[in-house]
Amino acid sequence: MESLVKTAFPFIVYSIGILLAFQGVLMIVAYTVLAERKVLGWIQGRIGPNRVGPWGVLQPFADLLKFIFKEDLVPDKSTKFVYFLAPLVALTCALLPIVVYPFGPSITTINWREILPFGLGEGITELPMTIARIDVGVLFVLGITSVGVYGIALAGWSSNSKYSLMGGLRSSAQMISYELAMGASVIGVVMLAGTLDLNGIIFAQIHSPFRWFIIPQFIGFFVFLISAFAETNRVPFDLPEAETELVAGFHTEYSALKFALFFMAEYVNMFTVSVMATVLFLGGWYVPGLGQVLEPGSIPYALVSHIAFIGKICAFLFFYIWVRGTLPRFRFDQLMNFGWKFLLPLAIANVIITIVLVYFLNS
Amino acid sequence: MVGSALFFVFAGLAIACAVSMVYHRNPLYSAISLVGVFISLSCIYVTLAAPFIAAVQILIYAGAIMVLVVFVIMLLNLDDDKPLNRLRYLYAVGGGLGLILLVQTFFIFYAVMRAPQQAVNGAETVGKTMNIGRGMYTEYLLPVEIVGVLLLMAIIGGVVLARRLAQPQLELVVDQELDERGLEEEKGDYRVAI
Repeated sequence: MESLVKTAFPFIVYSIGILLAFQGVLMIVAYTVLAERKVLGWIQGRIGPNRVGPWGVLQPFADLLKFIFKEDLVPDKSTKFVYFLAPLVALTCALLPIVVYPFGPSITTINWREILPFGLGEGITELPMTIARIDVGVLFVLGITSVGVYGIALAGWSSNSKYSLMGGLRSSAQMISYELAMGASVIGVVMLAGTLDLNGIIFAQIHSPFRWFIIPQFIGFFVFLISAFAETNRVPFDLPEAETELVAGFHTEYSALKFALFFMAEYVNMFTVSVMATVLFLGGWYVPGLGQVLEPGSIPYALVSHIAFIGKICAFLFFYIWVRGTLPRFRFDQLMNFGWKFLLPLAIANVIITIVLVYFLNS
Repeated sequence: MVGSALFFVFAGLAIACAVSMVYHRNPLYSAISLVGVFISLSCIYVTLAAPFIAAVQILIYAGAIMVLVVFVIMLLNLDDDKPLNRLRYLYAVGGGLGLILLVQTFFIFYAVMRAPQQAVNGAETVGKTMNIGRGMYTEYLLPVEIVGVLLLMAIIGGVVLARRLAQPQLELVVDQELDERGLEEEKGDYRVAI
């Protein structure tokens, strides 16, 4: 019995952690959709959804039920296997980065040996608020999100429709182009921090004189933010689903739950780039001066830090909605010129400047 | 135990995807299978404590190169019904090369078995980012530089080949081509088309 519990214990702990993290992120994502509709309504002088529940707070669940119960139409001439695969790829690649998010500082003040039975707490000194602390968190997130391009490209191709194909091609070209600028904008932060680990980057910011890397890496932040808009196919770079030209772009032929999966993937991707921007440039969960008020490693400290982390992310999400409500769409050639001829050179120049600065600061 | 079980799962996946890549008639399915091979390989790298190589494998092969391949296949829109124009002797050549590869694999196994077992201290840290970076820019600097120059050459070559000619140059090339084919009277049509 005791050995069985000991073997099962890590699996149970990880299952609970994964469940909590994914559930939390999906709830935030669901309410981002509602917030988007509300804020867009206010920007345009309307009220927005207000019928389901008080102030429309149950709207996301009503939407989800509608998606589940709608008829699922599959185009007759589509390539069936790829058609079914595409939304799964899109959502899986959007959700996978959750495992490396640093949701908060690890809690070190709990005495696990006393709380847990069967001597399970032996040797456990901290409760990390990350599911997997891997050495290459930044590369992991960039790599997984780059695989997400397949979801969109394959959806566009397999639907066997002109609008879908055009949308898929546009989207793939756009995401491949802006991925380069995004990767180059991150290099500056990685050089200043000296690590690819997301938690390590936060600690490097705490110990640096700037506190937040947005100050020395302002150009990097600027490039990252713009390429993040392009990577998530948001206004002003939402050409893959430009309604006036392409109906709905790559997901024209998708209905019911399959469309919901694409929709969710887009908002989870927004969450992911917000997390990356927060961790890389805005200090992650770190609140300057909180260490003097609360004891680092205690539960209140972790809780306040966690709330600060979520708050920074929500600020980014609001920024996305705000931009959507105010800016018009780019033309496709403008988009490509902007990415290749302006953002990428700017990001590379930033890398070179950072190399010189880091060299002189370290010597 | 869990490690070896994971190895067999991902190795089996990689082999299954590789077989499916070779045997599929539809080039897009082959490309997707190849992506599966890359992802399985990167999972194996993770179990071998080399997270950096795993991440780079996904980022570069699955995320960049194969996306371009899929892109090209989608744009070419290859015909499925076209009969395969395979030559008989290619089977023999392929089989021979496969046999050589198999022999090489067994030879490597044999050599590894025969080699004296030495304790590897750095096994846990070899795959870490910092060690790879340090190795690349100190011990293996020359190979890295050579690869860099090679890639630069490839980029410049690609740009030269894909470069759009300026209008007068393009007209000159088209005129020359039409002269060679004896189609002088079509020059006007092409001038409009360019």
